[in-house]
Amino acid sequence: MRVPAKLFTYALLIAGAAIFITPFAWMLSTALKPLDQTLSQPPEWLARRYEAPLGGRVQEVRPGALVTEPSLWAIERGASEPVVLAEVSVRDGEWRPTTGTGVPVTVLRTLPASPSAPWREVIGLAGGTRDVVPAASISSHVALRWGNFPGAIRAMRHFPRYLANTLVLCVLNVVGTVLSSALVAYGFSRLEWRMRDPLFGLLLATMMIPFPVVMVPLFGLFRWLGWIGTLKPLWVGSFCASAFNVFLLRQFFRTIPKDLSEAARIDGCGELRIFWQIILPLCRPALVVVALFTFMGTWNDFLGPLIYLTDDRDYTLALGLRAMQTTGSGGIEWNYMMAASTLIILPVIALFFVAQRSFIEGIALTGTKA
Amino acid sequence: MTTGERQRTCFGLAFVSPWLLGVAVFTIYPVAASLYYSFCDYDVLSRPVWIGLLNYSDMASDRVFWQSVANTLIFNLIALPLGLVFALALALLLNQPVRARGGFRAIYYLPSLVPAVAGAMIWLWILNGRLGLLNSALGLVGIHHPPQWLADPAWTKPSLALMSLWGCGNTVVIYLAALQGVPRSLLEAAMIDGASAWDRLLNVTLPAISPVIYFNLIIGIVGGLQVFVPAFVMWGGGGPNRSVLFYALYLYQNAFEYRQMGYACAMAWMLCLLILALTWAASLSSRRLVHYQGD
Repeated sequence: MRVPAKLFTYALLIAGAAIFITPFAWMLSTALKPLDQTLSQPPEWLARRYEAPLGGRVQEVRPGALVTEPSLWAIERGASEPVVLAEVSVRDGEWRPTTGTGVPVTVLRTLPASPSAPWREVIGLAGGTRDVVPAASISSHVALRWGNFPGAIRAMRHFPRYLANTLVLCVLNVVGTVLSSALVAYGFSRLEWRMRDPLFGLLLATMMIPFPVVMVPLFGLFRWLGWIGTLKPLWVGSFCASAFNVFLLRQFFRTIPKDLSEAARIDGCGELRIFWQIILPLCRPALVVVALFTFMGTWNDFLGPLIYLTDDRDYTLALGLRAMQTTGSGGIEWNYMMAASTLIILPVIALFFVAQRSFIEGIALTGTKA
Repeated sequence: MTTGERQRTCFGLAFVSPWLLGVAVFTIYPVAASLYYSFCDYDVLSRPVWIGLLNYSDMASDRVFWQSVANTLIFNLIALPLGLVFALALALLLNQPVRARGGFRAIYYLPSLVPAVAGAMIWLWILNGRLGLLNSALGLVGIHHPPQWLADPAWTKPSLALMSLWGCGNTVVIYLAALQGVPRSLLEAAMIDGASAWDRLLNVTLPAISPVIYFNLIIGIVGGLQVFVPAFVMWGGGGPNRSVLFYALYLYQNAFEYRQMGYACAMAWMLCLLILALTWAASLSSRRLVHYQGD
């Protein structure tokens, strides 16, 4: 390639990569901020900690979105109890806190620089005592709120339960799908028998049926079985093999020479043993692909849990994340929401980097061989 | 049947028995029941009552139903071609011999791993009209009255299309795999004949990978007509003026919010027909455009 073309390619690649990464970066950035800084305009990428000398001690203060001018800051203490945090008096023409406790306080709005402005006007908000400090005395430094992660877990209320449910479903679905799909794929590829090909045609045909068609009768069936509100509808079916995975594994199984099975049969090896000890070990890469996709599908599934899980103590992580939208009082607590999103995305991304090769091969396989 | 044959058939059936059981219980029965329910008034709690074609005729006169059809078609008309071209462009770019190619590929692929709910949350935040990152960035380049991505009915579908571009990694990987199969000899011959990069793309690469473009188109149609999660999570329903009330979403609402299960089943069968019709149309148009090597 010519040099200008090469430079152009790199420029495009880097610009595109920056754009693709931005949503992740913004998620992480928001996840590490205190709530009020998620609302600041223009947005800032790094969370800051603001401190002011109050009552002879340096305390954390939270500048609200309204603070824009450098002047005197009125500060409201965050505690709801009527404890006097700090009293303010004017000495030497300056507002000074005279007492204080260690409770974090919130900056409500700026005061005009003029010391003649009556501070009572500013504090004409319900309850609490406000301090007034000069803006110059407020310092800030970058401080990431890692505590938002435990905070988000608490905000999701039943997080441990959600995680446990999701993991249980992942394990059951992976085991069920891999075992049953491999077994069925073996029957459809390594054995010669009547009705095999028509039945395989039926299997391919079932792949064309969109989920909404079977959605309502399945719900009725599981309701009749008393399974609504339990995890059963979300994993039992996986032990009955999935058409797509059977198809994928069958393509793999067919590539193994027939002689291998014949030799084993002559040596008196039963079909189950050939399946378990010869075919499966040879098809490990394909089985890993099926396991990976099943894990991802279960971890990411939303519609299934939405339909079958009714009690919010029994959700999966995906449902729990959505439920966070409605649990906060008033607006969405975006810092917690993004922290929770990070927690849900992280395992999947980690898995990708561990098993990158299998992933890419698997997708390429489904795209080109299907 | 000889004894050996019978034994082989028994073995075969034994191996595929999990699927036989599954297909009977989780596919054949539900498909038959769904067809039956589509001619019934059914709310799951009581027995279905046969009402003939009423669900289907109701559908024809249900304005919300037609709005959901229009929403779905318009969204796909924006998102599908955009996604196919964008993913192909990315694949061509990522197929160039550059340094750290694996790293670039991983970065472009990562978003497609993100669970749909988490992705919806991230974009809900980025597209926020007042506090969102996107509108702040637009403010920096002088656009002070940016679109209300989530609140303006005219922008909700483009917003979702934009989101879907972010998650196009799977399509890119499929294209990349196809690009490895483009005959090198043809590309080199074209180069020797003085064909420009653009000519080589149009006359060698695109015909060679046309079956895969076709595959991605079909997958895109089937998936696009069933799009559900982002709209459901981001707007909790149909969104402003029902502008993101997609087919699958309205179907879900009928089934589980209004408890009109019979109507939902009828809608599901119409969806089936719609998918069939569109994929058939795609296959007709593909006959001239898709080139199979070795034909």
